[in-house]
Amino acid sequence: MADRPITIREALSSALREEMHRDERVFIMGEEVGVWGGTYAVTRGFLDEFGAKRVRDTPISEMVIAGAAVGAAMAGLRPIAELMTINFAFVAMDAIVNHMAKVRYMFNGQFTVPMVLRTTSGGGKQLGATHSHAPEPIFAHFPGMYVAVPGTAYDAKGMLKAAIRDDNPVMFIEHSTMLQRRAPVPEGDDFVLPIGKSDIKRAGDDVTIVTYQKGLEWSLEAAEELAKDGIEAEVIDLRWLRPLDLEPVFESFKKTNRCVVVEESLPMFNVGSEVAAQLQNEMFDYMDAPVKRVAAMDVPLPYADNIEKMALPSPEKIIAAVKEVI
Amino acid sequence: MALPKKDILLEWYRQMVLIRRFEERCAELYQRGLIGGFLHLYIGQEATGVGAVAALGEQDHVITAYRDHGLALARGLDVNAVMAEMLGRRTGVSGGKGGSMHLADRDLHMWGGYGIVGGHLPLAAGIALKIQYMEEDGVVLAFMGDGATNIGYFHEALNLSAVWELPVVWLIENNQYGMGTSVERASGATELVQKAMAYCCGPNGRGMKKGPRLDGMDVAEVYEGISEAVEHARKHGPILVESLTYRLEGHSMGDPQRYRTKEEVESFVENGPIGRFRSFLCDKYKDIESTLDKIDDDMLKTIDDAVEFAENSEVPTEEDLISHVYVE
Repeated sequence: MADRPITIREALSSALREEMHRDERVFIMGEEVGVWGGTYAVTRGFLDEFGAKRVRDTPISEMVIAGAAVGAAMAGLRPIAELMTINFAFVAMDAIVNHMAKVRYMFNGQFTVPMVLRTTSGGGKQLGATHSHAPEPIFAHFPGMYVAVPGTAYDAKGMLKAAIRDDNPVMFIEHSTMLQRRAPVPEGDDFVLPIGKSDIKRAGDDVTIVTYQKGLEWSLEAAEELAKDGIEAEVIDLRWLRPLDLEPVFESFKKTNRCVVVEESLPMFNVGSEVAAQLQNEMFDYMDAPVKRVAAMDVPLPYADNIEKMALPSPEKIIAAVKEVI
Repeated sequence: MALPKKDILLEWYRQMVLIRRFEERCAELYQRGLIGGFLHLYIGQEATGVGAVAALGEQDHVITAYRDHGLALARGLDVNAVMAEMLGRRTGVSGGKGGSMHLADRDLHMWGGYGIVGGHLPLAAGIALKIQYMEEDGVVLAFMGDGATNIGYFHEALNLSAVWELPVVWLIENNQYGMGTSVERASGATELVQKAMAYCCGPNGRGMKKGPRLDGMDVAEVYEGISEAVEHARKHGPILVESLTYRLEGHSMGDPQRYRTKEEVESFVENGPIGRFRSFLCDKYKDIESTLDKIDDDMLKTIDDAVEFAENSEVPTEEDLISHVYVE
């Protein structure tokens, strides 16, 4: 079927709707998912369409939202549990880390946990220090779960459908400022993307930019500017932090010999740390410059618009980093 | 409620003795270095576990915290495989990867022991949600210690079960101490079952039922109380029950027990659950003593065999180390 430009919000909605029609065991639980229609309007209309059994409003209780989803999944349902924002995932950290990710291993494979924990991350909306996190790398630390970080409507739909169909727990992290971004997405039930495959979003021979989610948008903008100066950046969208697919990064690095990693998370112990470490292990002989990392500044995000912008990555910062390694 | 027939009562006795002998042997094996990690013994609490699990049917479900050996055995997990888990063998119920705190058997609806206080309570709610969602008949019996009633998980899980009217019996095994801190020093309410009142009495009577406070050293009383609670949960939704019991050993191995006196412990030893039930049976049935003695001997032999089985089992392999992280 033909591709049709839709927003990330519409992509997420249609993925959820299609999978709920496909499998009776799939249901949604979380804060304001039903009557309100989702705080980001992703589940608007779902309560009428699927009823209160399958679109379940919860109290403001993140520990039990995540934990009850784990139990329901172990018992044979396929929950999509929603944490309104990733800031509240810290409240549910034990349920995520000790239970969602570990019960399968701990009991030697007796249980499977086919659930998706959907949430949104990201700063840039003047929400202050506690509501502006981009802590995706923290969740990618733990074996036993997958971490999805889509950056386009196409990926959001195909990846969410894959996450719902998979038997492993997936933390699915959307960016709160990108829901209106539009891109062509194939119509129809069958569009499902593979889990753990990164994607080359822009080809180039001079430098490899490795990024995901909001970083993708900044990186593509930076790449267009760099092209005006004759620098062609290859932009690789990781899409998943677990499973982490660095093969295309290694292949790209063999021709560019230079790499910049771009992410919105904090600068220490982040995705850039991991990519840089793996590059120096696997690609040492191809390395012509140190791996540069562009991330948020090492401060809690402030409220005031001007200094919040200062703290976040930007195309300008990416361009500067690329010019340092060229 | 009429007491079950003699063969059932003898089965309770057998289970309690099995648990006691199992735990005593585990303590020895721990001292000899054959069991590692933490070891939380169920000695003193046998009547609560055996009586409560006896109230369940096959379609029902059990989940608990880390003091899980007794409940695993009461639910019918193979004693050899439980002992093998203690010794970290690949024949263990969790393949040697779980250990003492993580005993489970999916086929028997024993959903496991869990190491983070309160962490399993949301899981219990989730399992109950599946029962309700699929319109099944089961009930989840969720054990927890007194200490768990002070953690956030407790409030969130009980509240959700009340709002969604989930079929859960929440059972507080009040053994008087959360590690070394007594209930009086840890909880605003000391009659813990009162905490049900925070989640009760919604529209149309919806919500948590405040259940009884049981003598957890009396297996028959626990059986009766939990039977009624299970019936309530099956028909109407969640109920909170408290069972007053006592842990005769330390919290885990190597607990110096500075928080209680020897006299206090002794007072519970004298009135322990197994001796009490034995006296009850001897009063009720003439000439039963030799039958009970035989059960005592058989259980010793059962434990000997279990240890032999475990010691002769293979340890996990490198392949086991990396398997079951994900569904492949």
